[in-house]
Amino acid sequence: MEIVKPLTQYLAALLLAPLLPGIINRVKAFFAGRRGQPVLQLYYDLYKLLQKAPVYSRTTTWVFRAGPVIGLAAILTSLAVLPFAGRPSFLAFDGDFIFLLYLLGLARFATVLAALDTGSAFEGMGASREMQFAVFAEPAFFLGLAALARVTGQTSLAGMFGVLTGDLWRTAAPVLALLTASFFIVLLAENSRVPADDPNTHLELTMIHEVMVLDHSGPELAYILYGAALKLWFFGALIACMVLPRHSGSWAGDTGLFLLAMAGVAAAVGVVESVIARLRLIKVPYMLITAFAFSTLALIFQMGR
Amino acid sequence: MHTFAELIIVFVILLDLALAVTGSLSSCIRLVAVQGVVAGILPLLAGSGTPHARTAAFAAFIILLKGVVFPWLLTRARDRSGARKDVEPLITYPASIMLCLGAFIASSWLGSRLPLPETNVAWIVPASLATIFTGFLLITTRSKAITQVLGYLVIENGIYIFGLALFVEQPLMVELAILLDVFVAVFVMGIAIFHISREFDHIDTAELSELSDWRRGEYGK
Repeated sequence: MEIVKPLTQYLAALLLAPLLPGIINRVKAFFAGRRGQPVLQLYYDLYKLLQKAPVYSRTTTWVFRAGPVIGLAAILTSLAVLPFAGRPSFLAFDGDFIFLLYLLGLARFATVLAALDTGSAFEGMGASREMQFAVFAEPAFFLGLAALARVTGQTSLAGMFGVLTGDLWRTAAPVLALLTASFFIVLLAENSRVPADDPNTHLELTMIHEVMVLDHSGPELAYILYGAALKLWFFGALIACMVLPRHSGSWAGDTGLFLLAMAGVAAAVGVVESVIARLRLIKVPYMLITAFAFSTLALIFQMGR
Repeated sequence: MHTFAELIIVFVILLDLALAVTGSLSSCIRLVAVQGVVAGILPLLAGSGTPHARTAAFAAFIILLKGVVFPWLLTRARDRSGARKDVEPLITYPASIMLCLGAFIASSWLGSRLPLPETNVAWIVPASLATIFTGFLLITTRSKAITQVLGYLVIENGIYIFGLALFVEQPLMVELAILLDVFVAVFVMGIAIFHISREFDHIDTAELSELSDWRRGEYGK
């Protein structure tokens, strides 16, 4: 019986993740006064793409084909470690947050290699930008998780979010607020949302993530889109666990609240995208340095208490 | 209550960081004003129990001076000098923010070493030292005369918070005297900036270190 709940949580994450981009798009459409795409649009897209046969350029090698598969596999594994509604998943172990960071790094590395393998100068540019921003985003995320480990005195993500209760928010509110802000900025940058990158743009000079996946088609594009949705779920779940310390003892109640919080995070991303203009490319590192500063401050505060 | 005071301290530090990265002169003036107001609220929260009537009146006076009078004087000085709208830093913004973070790390180390009386609110000493350092940073790495006044005000905010760390019931007369000094200083600097810009057509301090006749002679060669 003990394995059923974690498995249900995992399946729920896999099934519900493509809803998040749908919610973001609906919120943006609401702000723009449009009706917008259906909430389930990404499910339709994935289904359509999976029916198609992929097309490969003659210059590409196996690296190009392996990229999306490795990327999706890394994200799928990381979701198996991530706690759901403050409850441990089935792969949780001590120090798993470092494992998570490396999985995300592996996914990024595979995507970048696949982009470089196409031999297009254009995709190389996107790969270069992706790595440049990762240099700033990863330390911010790592320091944030380290500060969280320090606040809670736990070294596994499940342990951290298990200890994170309303009482902790009362005594360490400044640190936790800083961390939430830092994670939100990292979420925006890592998922190529608006202040860092525009997921809808196809203007070659400004794209970052989109430009790297231009040559993928068919099921492989479906893997990439699904992987992006799962990554959004990953960061959203971290923030939802932060702002929603576990209250009730019932599993169903916690899960319901958590899913509501996830929808709230998606709506917040949509609102941010609607009210903020995209930053100039050279300003994006500043935003990520801000996230880094938040994480550092949180860590110093926690050390100095 | 103390968690709230801690939140305010964190807010003061975030304002320090924001000052280090803000490029626009008018938002710099606004940020300094906000920091002054926030620092003015702090004594009402740092003491235990309900605040004294004298403390409340004093806080109201500080908020009025730092939140309304100083920004008004500085905005007037900026408009009259016809300066460009950005602060023209001598180092890049990421370097500024890194220096700020380094200063905060150093000041939290220093704060734990200083033999000070026990304070009610955590981080108040590191925050005040970091604010003082941010003021120095603004003075040394920005090239306009008006940002030097801003840096001076930020230093004053830091000293004020440092004073709070030492005495929750601070000697108000001392603080009032400092405020009067600062007020006169800002007033005089506002006039001085106006005169400098009328005389030299700019308020760039790097240019002010050279004599204008000597420079003209150099160009004449």
